[in-house]
Amino acid sequence: MLKCEQYQKFCIALDKCEHYQKFKAYRDKILALGNDSLEKTIAIAVALCLVCAVLVSFGAVALKPLQVYNKSLDMKKNILDVAGLLEEGADIDKAFSERIEPKIVNLETGDYVDNVDANAYDQRKAAKDPAQSVAIPKDKDIAHIRVKAKLAKVFLVKDGEKIKSIILPINGYGLWSTLYGFLSLDADGQTVQSINFYDQAETPGLGGEVVNPKWRALWKGKKVYAETAQHGFDKGTVEEAELGEPALHLIKGVVDNSKPEALYEVDGLAGATLTSTGVTNLIRYWASDEGFSLYLKKVRSVKLKETKS
Amino acid sequence: MSAVINDGLKNKILNEETKKVLITPLVNDNPITLQVLGICSALAVTSQMSTSLIMALALTLVTAFSSAAISAIRNHIPSSIRIIVQMTIIASLVIVVDQILKAVAYDVSKQLSVFVGLIITNCIVMGRAEGYAMKNPPLESFMDGIGNGAGYSLILIIVAFFRETLGSGKLLGFEVFKLTKDGGWYDPNGLMLLPPSAFFIIGLIIWSVRQWKPEQREKIDFKIMDIAHGEGGHH
Repeated sequence: MLKCEQYQKFCIALDKCEHYQKFKAYRDKILALGNDSLEKTIAIAVALCLVCAVLVSFGAVALKPLQVYNKSLDMKKNILDVAGLLEEGADIDKAFSERIEPKIVNLETGDYVDNVDANAYDQRKAAKDPAQSVAIPKDKDIAHIRVKAKLAKVFLVKDGEKIKSIILPINGYGLWSTLYGFLSLDADGQTVQSINFYDQAETPGLGGEVVNPKWRALWKGKKVYAETAQHGFDKGTVEEAELGEPALHLIKGVVDNSKPEALYEVDGLAGATLTSTGVTNLIRYWASDEGFSLYLKKVRSVKLKETKS
Repeated sequence: MSAVINDGLKNKILNEETKKVLITPLVNDNPITLQVLGICSALAVTSQMSTSLIMALALTLVTAFSSAAISAIRNHIPSSIRIIVQMTIIASLVIVVDQILKAVAYDVSKQLSVFVGLIITNCIVMGRAEGYAMKNPPLESFMDGIGNGAGYSLILIIVAFFRETLGSGKLLGFEVFKLTKDGGWYDPNGLMLLPPSAFFIIGLIIWSVRQWKPEQREKIDFKIMDIAHGEGGHH
């Protein structure tokens, strides 16, 4: 009832308002005009646009917080998925804040940057901002992405205080679209744990199979950088171990696991040669000096010191 | 007192006209099978039941509310900007629906991607606005929108049912046929996951409806003449 009274009061007040009376008179005049008169056409168009604009902007603004939340939740889900921590029905926000720590890495030096808010930083947005990105020289741009953000946002998966794995953001051009995804490496910065593409528009059923869990499972245990018999973390002779060039790639057909080079090979996607090439290129790009090579080297040396001490 | 009002309202809502506009679009005047409108989205979103249901709901709501809104102002729409006025109303509603989907059903809206936005160009919405709402009162127009949306939904659900079960052995994400790759017996038909398969299914649906109701068959525009024996041979 209160609302009703208020409404009536509002109406009375409105009736007294001179401008409202003018508006009413004008509205009646317009509505009485012939439908095809110029004045009415313009007035109807303006009024309609106003009403629609208010409707659309109200919807967009009112729903914005929920959309932003959904988007970040979706991203967290992808990260937990590639970290192997995604459980059906579990609280994603909680699992994410407990187990995963975002960090900002300067790609040029490979060091962590502490004066940037890692939670708020958006690498994809930064890549589009000329002030925060650098153009990639043509001869080095094997992933065909043209620009990259100077700072990359990596995620450390923690088990208590210990780092369990490192999740690197990767992107590159496939056949139709730029594929965006995450590559999860063991703490040695060498062994693949998992890969996950969260944004791509490759042909469904062919290149689109990059999201197929069966294919993604093939990546587990593969090595990113070429290593020889003398080096390799498990053999304990890592001191001088400078790992070689990025070697991980997709091959045509199925990997023969009896061959030694199978460590660097993943089955290509059947019927999607160009997407497969794209995936190989983007892995090689992000594993190179342009990408995370320096950072991963530092991670390894830190881990070395830890194991020594 | 309230019963009287309810009866009055009931009569108003369920009069002959609204019943007609609600029911005829289901089979007798189905937008997809008879009018052959809205085919593009019927091909694009029907590989899964969940996306089809959301798309059907979104289209039904847009058609109903845009028809009602257009009908409410139909006597004041200048004929020179008629189509633009309709489009503005439809587009605004579609944007609102898209925003709502992004807010409450993010995963589905990601799968539907551009197709929600493309409801704007869906011929069913425009067709009902121009063909019905411009000449009839708001309530009937609203029901007409619901009816046509339901007709569209019905076909979408049938197509999605076949495409999802035959294409991936699932329905609404639940397993129906056990796939060979998981140790079952069913080898999925990959074609069913691609848009062209909807063409075949819709074609079969149109054929069966027209077998059932021969009056829906289009009249043959002209006959191909037999030159050797027919009258046309002299020309």
